[in-house]
Amino acid sequence: MTFLRNPGVLTKLAAITAFSGLPGMAFADWELNLPRGVTPYSHTVYDLHMLILWICTIIGIVVFGLMLYSIIKFRKSQGAQAAQWHESTTVEVAWTLVPFVILVAISVPATKALIMMEDVSNSDMTIKVTGYQWKWHYQYIDEGIGFFSTLAAPSNAARQLNSGIDPNSVDNYLLEVDNHLVVPINKKIRFLTTAGDVIHAWWVPALGWKRDAIPGYINESWATIEEPGVYRGQCAELCGKDHGFMPIVVEALPEAEYAAWVETMRAATQQAEQAPLAAPADAALELAAAEAR
Amino acid sequence: MSEAAIHHDEHHGHHPSGMMRWLTTTNHKDIGTLYLLFSLVMFFIGGAMAMIIRLELFQPGLQFVDPQFFNSMTTMHALVMIFGAVMPAWTGFANWMIPMMIGAPDMALPRLNNWSFWILPFAFTLLLSTVFMPGGAPAGGWTMYPPLVLQTGMAFPFLIFAVHFMGASSIAGAINIIATVFNMRAPGMTLMKLPLFVWTWIITAFLLIASIPVLAGAVTMLLTDKFFGTAFFSAAGGGDPVMFQHIFWFFGHPEVYILILPAFGIVSAIVPTFARKPLFGYSSMVYASAAIAFLSFIVWAHHMFTVGMPLAGELFFMYTTVLIAVPTGVKVFNWVATMWQSSMTFETPMLFAIAFIVLFTIGGFSGLMLGVTPVDFQYHDTYFVVAHFHYVLVTGAIFALMAGAYFWLPKWTGHMYDEKLGQLHFWLSTISVNVLFFPQHFLGLAGMPRRIPDYAVQFTDFNMVSSLGGFVFGLSQILFVVVVVKCIKGGAKATDQVWEGAHGLEWTLPSPPPYHSFNTPPDPATIEGGMR
Repeated sequence: MTFLRNPGVLTKLAAITAFSGLPGMAFADWELNLPRGVTPYSHTVYDLHMLILWICTIIGIVVFGLMLYSIIKFRKSQGAQAAQWHESTTVEVAWTLVPFVILVAISVPATKALIMMEDVSNSDMTIKVTGYQWKWHYQYIDEGIGFFSTLAAPSNAARQLNSGIDPNSVDNYLLEVDNHLVVPINKKIRFLTTAGDVIHAWWVPALGWKRDAIPGYINESWATIEEPGVYRGQCAELCGKDHGFMPIVVEALPEAEYAAWVETMRAATQQAEQAPLAAPADAALELAAAEAR
Repeated sequence: MSEAAIHHDEHHGHHPSGMMRWLTTTNHKDIGTLYLLFSLVMFFIGGAMAMIIRLELFQPGLQFVDPQFFNSMTTMHALVMIFGAVMPAWTGFANWMIPMMIGAPDMALPRLNNWSFWILPFAFTLLLSTVFMPGGAPAGGWTMYPPLVLQTGMAFPFLIFAVHFMGASSIAGAINIIATVFNMRAPGMTLMKLPLFVWTWIITAFLLIASIPVLAGAVTMLLTDKFFGTAFFSAAGGGDPVMFQHIFWFFGHPEVYILILPAFGIVSAIVPTFARKPLFGYSSMVYASAAIAFLSFIVWAHHMFTVGMPLAGELFFMYTTVLIAVPTGVKVFNWVATMWQSSMTFETPMLFAIAFIVLFTIGGFSGLMLGVTPVDFQYHDTYFVVAHFHYVLVTGAIFALMAGAYFWLPKWTGHMYDEKLGQLHFWLSTISVNVLFFPQHFLGLAGMPRRIPDYAVQFTDFNMVSSLGGFVFGLSQILFVVVVVKCIKGGAKATDQVWEGAHGLEWTLPSPPPYHSFNTPPDPATIEGGMR
């Protein structure tokens, strides 16, 4: 990438975002199906979803087909005579047992998938997610970094009642934040979700799950993101007036870039911690200088 | 004939007229009419709220309402539709039809019946008045989860007390129905000869008595948390917000079966009538209804799969939830078997009943999908859920209510309704309701959460389609009012039996039936001949 004159952090992030966002990009306007996502769990869930959808479709075709046939064939206007039979134990047993067997067939892979989701052991890192009215806070437990993530300013301006700004003119309208949740790919990340006021829920469809963020309680979930990219989600539990305006943006980076980002964030955190110590002393000096005049 | 003459001779005392008649009536037909008219008004109020919702969601960006008001619209729309439209409508049908169906002169507790109804306008005045209060109507969802619901302002106690009153009305109505059916059946009307509408209402009544007190407990705990220093749902005080969800949904799941079971009963009356063939598998239908009711008590946590339950809990509720598909499927298969080798005509009640079977089943499929926990982690709190419950409640419960109304309007009024208008109402409703709700499945799968007033631009097209369907559907319901008013005023004279394939005690009475019917029980031979 020779056009990058200054390999500063911001430029790097912008380039990565621009060129690797495809797997997590916004869906086409007429998107019909669940996304396959970018984690082993999201793939499992997508496959299970398709299995159940096909089973329902086939049952629907059979049942509605029989109904349609009846409506066409067994009409009084066509001279049909009604039979008077009205029970059959054999048939009742059959159409009780067959659905039961189908349900067992669905429950087996479903049980496996659930056990997979709830196994949070052997994670590589932990991020604590705290929901507030109306923003998220992310704390990287192992790295000592923490920051708030709020709806990006362009979106926030456009979403005001009668703002006059066309949402289509805003990039990732309602799905952009000021600080992305940056994570490494191919690492098992443990997410701890909680909240500071009311119940929220943290959801990124590309990861394959959502989990409630409950004040006073901590929930555990995990994800291993297999492809670098930007993945967007939203709060998924009604939490007050701006429930629709506290999105989530996960940016998954390759190991090296993630490590670089962590370093930058650590340095910025240290700077912020030292700066307030300087200010009071300066203020005292200024006051003294003013009094001396 | 002689029935009317006996009625005339025994007529004692004056029936008040005008306002006093309706305020003090203890007559099941009058009270049924009151419930039905009340529910129709509530249906339009709830519908107007839905129109506001769909108007705002027509395009991305906020054009009409602010987010707080939008949230109060979604909250109130649900409360009004569930507690003001559907439940009173079923109670109205029960009041009108159950005494006639069992050969009884009235309900067991006629004065309680009057109070059960009149609580409702009072309760809804309390609830709807909150729209005009400072702070506005409740906006924490009809599910009232704490801590959010405790941020409700002035409207909060009105919400709680309105829920208490609605609940009391339902419990009293349920007691009345059970007492009536168990004690006042005419000789020869054994339990296994009862029309399925009576059976499904018996079961519904037991569900109400078991579940509404739990709702009362839950909202009372909200009240004390807000005003009396308790901390049932506050972690800081040693409580748990999730406990509310458990208690609420322990009521909430049986509640949805309360909303649908009478619909099953109505469809089980209509299909055999217009197919001219007995209902297939009567006893299975009774047992399946009872099985659904029993199972409905052990599935509640499927409404809260994402709260962070232990794995064992998630698995248990997944298994019990998918299991409900079995008895529900049995019912659908039995209706289809009734249609098989029958001789059908397609008057408006039958059109609505057939649409119910198809569209409720689609709602059942999305319900099955939602019940599979690991995938529900994607569907939960999205428009996929909204699509599911609107299919089972609108094309389910509401369509069955329409079917029942068209089916029994001639009996109630003595006039045939306008069949052409009825069919127009049916087709407009059916096409528009699918345009309204089917795209919402896609929106949910594509990632649109629930209860948001504005959305990312990739959700624009399906939202626009859905809103257009909504506007047409809403307008089409005005046609229903036209049909009803026209039918009350006049129309072709209805015979006693009204429909060629109709069987049951209510069809042995004149249309309209006398103010007091079955003052003497019907001849047991009629019962034997009238039921298959």
